[in-house]
Amino acid sequence: MQPLAISRYTLANCLGAGVAATLAAMRDQRSGLSRCAFADVELDTWVGTVGALDAPVREELRAYDCRNNRLAELALAQDDFAAAVAAARDKYGATRIGVFMGTSTSGILATEEAYRRRLADGALPADFNYSQTQNTYSLADFTQRVLGLAGPAMVVSSACSSTAKVFGHAQRMLAAGFIDAAVVGGVDSLCLTTLYGFNSLGLVSPQPCRPFGAGRDGISIGEGAGFALLERMDAAPHAPRLLGVGESSDAYHMSSPHPEGEGAHTAMRRALDAARLTPSDIGYINLHGTATPANDASEDKAVVRLFGEKTPASSTKGAHGHLLGAAGITEAIIGLLAIANNFMPAGLNTTEVDGELKTDYLLQNREGRVGAVLSNSFGFGGSNCAVVLGGAA
Amino acid sequence: MTRVYVEGVGLLAPGLQGWAAGSPVLAGREAYAPAPTVVPASELLPAAERRRAGLPVKLALAVGQEAFANAARNAGDTATVFTSSSGDGENLHKICETLASAEREISPTRFHNSVHNAPAGYWSIAVGARAASASLCGHDASFAVGLIDAVAQVATEDTAVALISCDQPYPQPLDGARHIAASVAIGLVLTPKPSSRSLAAIDITLAPKDGAESTMDDARLETLRLGVPSARALPLLAAIAKAAVIGGIAGKSGKATLDFEYTGALKLVASVSPC
Repeated sequence: MQPLAISRYTLANCLGAGVAATLAAMRDQRSGLSRCAFADVELDTWVGTVGALDAPVREELRAYDCRNNRLAELALAQDDFAAAVAAARDKYGATRIGVFMGTSTSGILATEEAYRRRLADGALPADFNYSQTQNTYSLADFTQRVLGLAGPAMVVSSACSSTAKVFGHAQRMLAAGFIDAAVVGGVDSLCLTTLYGFNSLGLVSPQPCRPFGAGRDGISIGEGAGFALLERMDAAPHAPRLLGVGESSDAYHMSSPHPEGEGAHTAMRRALDAARLTPSDIGYINLHGTATPANDASEDKAVVRLFGEKTPASSTKGAHGHLLGAAGITEAIIGLLAIANNFMPAGLNTTEVDGELKTDYLLQNREGRVGAVLSNSFGFGGSNCAVVLGGAA
Repeated sequence: MTRVYVEGVGLLAPGLQGWAAGSPVLAGREAYAPAPTVVPASELLPAAERRRAGLPVKLALAVGQEAFANAARNAGDTATVFTSSSGDGENLHKICETLASAEREISPTRFHNSVHNAPAGYWSIAVGARAASASLCGHDASFAVGLIDAVAQVATEDTAVALISCDQPYPQPLDGARHIAASVAIGLVLTPKPSSRSLAAIDITLAPKDGAESTMDDARLETLRLGVPSARALPLLAAIAKAAVIGGIAGKSGKATLDFEYTGALKLVASVSPC
């Protein structure tokens, strides 16, 4: 593929709102995970929460008010992102900028709450607005309106690969000539469905998650939002770059990864091919690294088969938790921060790497020029995506 | 303008039980007789997965299988785009009921079936497809959102892509908040180049929204089109059905230009012509 410029980006998660907060936490090797006190959830687990998020979204879009869209609005207000999009809108026109959002659970919390307030006849309360909160498209609709855009929009919802895959959808729509620029990203927010759902699978840890660690015992669920503005290289020749996207399906199991990491390997190889790079060009791998025993073992096999045992890698989920549908965009942005600031972030909480795993897993930040970064995101249904990012020219 | 070719179609909708039975109705050569959608159990899935699969999975597998059979193409090698406004409403309802009760433990199967890409996951297991697969949503415009995404992939990667769009009604009380009138599923195998099996060519462009939307001649099919997001595809399928008939008749143009609801301030325009 032709490289694309990533001319602006922003994010919000338990480390704070805006890229400076996430960068500072990465520099300090500080985790934002805390013991779960979300709503009235009674689970012994840790989460990465943005906080109360108790202010409703802006008045003119109040119909879209839900935790997921509040978190979107919070991130969109950081890092002069909306101003950068406004400048792009003036340049290209509102209908020539696509909006490609990812989420796994959208505004499902609004439906969960409505089910607790059912009327005597069983109906949901009159103030429950399905289409603008729970429907999977809500996030793209809301984001498009906040940014004053009027072109193509879609939501990609393939569980934990969603906001990695948005890069591929945007790239194809750009290459096909349907748009001139794209806002990619997405949001997932805490809800009972994912907390109790992952708990039912025995996949949530009672401790802060320890990716690639000996004795790791599951994930810490987090919430977050991230957005990036993509343009053709000639529009922003000195911006960092999206170099490649690789996608695959496991065709193996709905909620377990292929044990040999077959689909993960294919996605990474396709991403390198798209970027016209070889494994030795990658200076750091941001692993999917969820901290479940099976996921990390599978990913390790795939990484070692393609890269060998020498490429520095870590999962940053120990810092921000597993952001599910928002993991891809968040970790891609962390990859860009690593490139721009010449360091590779440590995997937090893990003190001893599982001896069975052969990846060069970073337990401390490592300084130095990073070169290109590969970021992995894998989801339920065997949906795999790898993204390759490069620095400014 | 971006061109793709339709090599195979799958269809399940009220009174349109498969493409072979439904296309003469859509082409206006046979009368429409409404009847509830009959969703076949898929023999594609291993027994364990078949037991766990929800209605959207069964709909998607049925039309995907039919579209690939008509295209005489190997599903295992082909990229897919799934699109749906709704996902699995029955499963969502059960999860929300459980989470509103004192005992909140939801079943692992319910949870993994709750992802919007459940049909994509089951499909890839059923046919051994390891190619890229997308699962999209565009609310009422979900079909058009899926169509342009699939077309962009066909055009830029010079590869075949199967588009599978499906929706089904929500149970109460969700039906009161979001009414979907019937179960409808559409499958289209789209290719970058024509083949001996191509039914029609489609040229896709985006244009400023002007309120125009292609409709169905039959009032009952028009009600169906408006009642189910995936049924917004019916005018396209009718044009494909007519193009496939006219394709063999010299001197007939058979070209149809159709408008579809899309996103933002845009409409999607599809020009369908015989091959």
